[in-house]
Amino acid sequence: MKILCAIKRVVDANVNVVVKNDGSGIDLNNVKMSVNPFCEIGVEQAIQLKEAGIADEIVAVCVGSAKTQEQVRVCLALGADRGIIVDAPDDLEPLTIAKVLKAVYTKEQPQLVIFGKQSIDGDNSQTGQVFAALTDLPQATFASDLSISDNLATVVREVDGGLQTLQVPLPMVLTTDLRLNVPRFASLKNIMMSKRKQIDVLSAEELGVVLERRTETLRVDRPPARSAGIVVKSIDELVSKLRDEAKVLP
Amino acid sequence: MSTLVIADHDNSELKPVTRNTLKAASEIGDEIDVLIAGCECSSVVQSIVNLGVARTVHVADAPYFEHAIAENVTAIVVQLAPAYQHILTAHTTTGKNFLPRVAALLDVQMISDIVEVLDATTFKRPVYAGNGIATVKSNDTTVVLSVRGTAFDPIVPGTLATATNTLDSATFPDPSPTTHIKDELAQSERPELNNAKVVVSGGRALGSSESFAFLEELADSLGAAVGASRAAVDAGYVPNDMQVGQTGKIVAPELYIAVGISGAIQHLAGMKDSKVIVAINNDPDAPIFQLADYGLVADLFEVIPEFIRQIKEGS
Repeated sequence: MKILCAIKRVVDANVNVVVKNDGSGIDLNNVKMSVNPFCEIGVEQAIQLKEAGIADEIVAVCVGSAKTQEQVRVCLALGADRGIIVDAPDDLEPLTIAKVLKAVYTKEQPQLVIFGKQSIDGDNSQTGQVFAALTDLPQATFASDLSISDNLATVVREVDGGLQTLQVPLPMVLTTDLRLNVPRFASLKNIMMSKRKQIDVLSAEELGVVLERRTETLRVDRPPARSAGIVVKSIDELVSKLRDEAKVLP
Repeated sequence: MSTLVIADHDNSELKPVTRNTLKAASEIGDEIDVLIAGCECSSVVQSIVNLGVARTVHVADAPYFEHAIAENVTAIVVQLAPAYQHILTAHTTTGKNFLPRVAALLDVQMISDIVEVLDATTFKRPVYAGNGIATVKSNDTTVVLSVRGTAFDPIVPGTLATATNTLDSATFPDPSPTTHIKDELAQSERPELNNAKVVVSGGRALGSSESFAFLEELADSLGAAVGASRAAVDAGYVPNDMQVGQTGKIVAPELYIAVGISGAIQHLAGMKDSKVIVAINNDPDAPIFQLADYGLVADLFEVIPEFIRQIKEGS
């Protein structure tokens, strides 16, 4: 079984992002970039399926500029077998990314396509579902557990009130939630080895996809600032403030 | 210009967040219809009729809508879509599951998690865990939106007579190949996190699942819901459906009490719109204190029992 892992290059989760003063967006100069954490969980899941003898090939795919080489290489060091980069601007919309990935899917014919449940930059939580619709595949989103046998995936999903278990026939689309697994670190040896693994660079043109935009981001502002309040000395003081000043306690 | 709102429900009750979604819809235009896709969901239909804000409620009632399987819900929304310029639902795990599929089949770029309606095609939405607020304009002919419930007040009930349009099951699309196995929903007497007036959340400093019982006592004395930071979920103290944050639930209660939570960006993204924030933490440098209205630097295990005692005494 072949697994396609879609990954995104995003600002590292530990970076304090700064909104530019002119409202034109987030300042990405000299900021550490990483594989989106949920995509990394997806790659880990694929590696675990390969280790369990269920998968035999893992392809990591990224739609973005040449800079995404670094993140695709990380996935290869973790255990993906080869990489694909579709050369494109880094800020494409989910619909266009999904159209590009559909073309890659048609070429690769994987049985399982794994996405992160959301990227921590756009926070859209769309691309996996949009891809599933475009390819007419069934989906299981926000997965916290996955088992596969006889071409049937049993997926536990994180839903608002608790958990939902679905059985989905392959080929299918999975999006990962936090508790699916804890990604491993790449060993130095695997990092060295990964340099010999292949990354194919494709153009959207050769895949027959037009990179268009349907929305315009007019500006990005800082959220209204919330200033620090006061430090109280005791529960007595806290309770009286909450009662008399904030009036949120009876 | 008319709008379709897909209701969030569990087949017996309309989820309160639907009223917030309807409020967002009302800021776009007056002509609002509602779709209820479910199974034996007549009480939900009645709730919409009683609300008196919709022209028509479309009812798709069939066994395979029971669990809101994304492919099935998508198909029925897409059938209704040509009559609408706007399609909205709540940015919940249900909405996030099917609405992007709807947008894909309509060849539209959906706009997720809107927090403000500027005009019929321009909206504000948080990006980067709420560190930025983007103003986004749609150039699609159909505008597909998911709505952050806490950013809109519940719609005020109106007097509109709502017609019921029961969709003919013969026109329903073929069901998804997916089989629903089971739901394991948390059974709790406490209010739901999404719409509780008071939320008490615990972080990694609680140290164990057992310590959360301690917080539950505090929550119960306040009639509050219990939440947790991602660190506490990661550590396995509590299930993920209690997670408050960028990748969990977004809450905005009257009172938010953060206990033993340091205040990682991703947690703050889920609660910083709360009206009053209280932080109790033994680390005076914890980032949570930078946005708390009232901070108490103390060992939580020492002060929480006293907190509970005083609340019980006062009420």
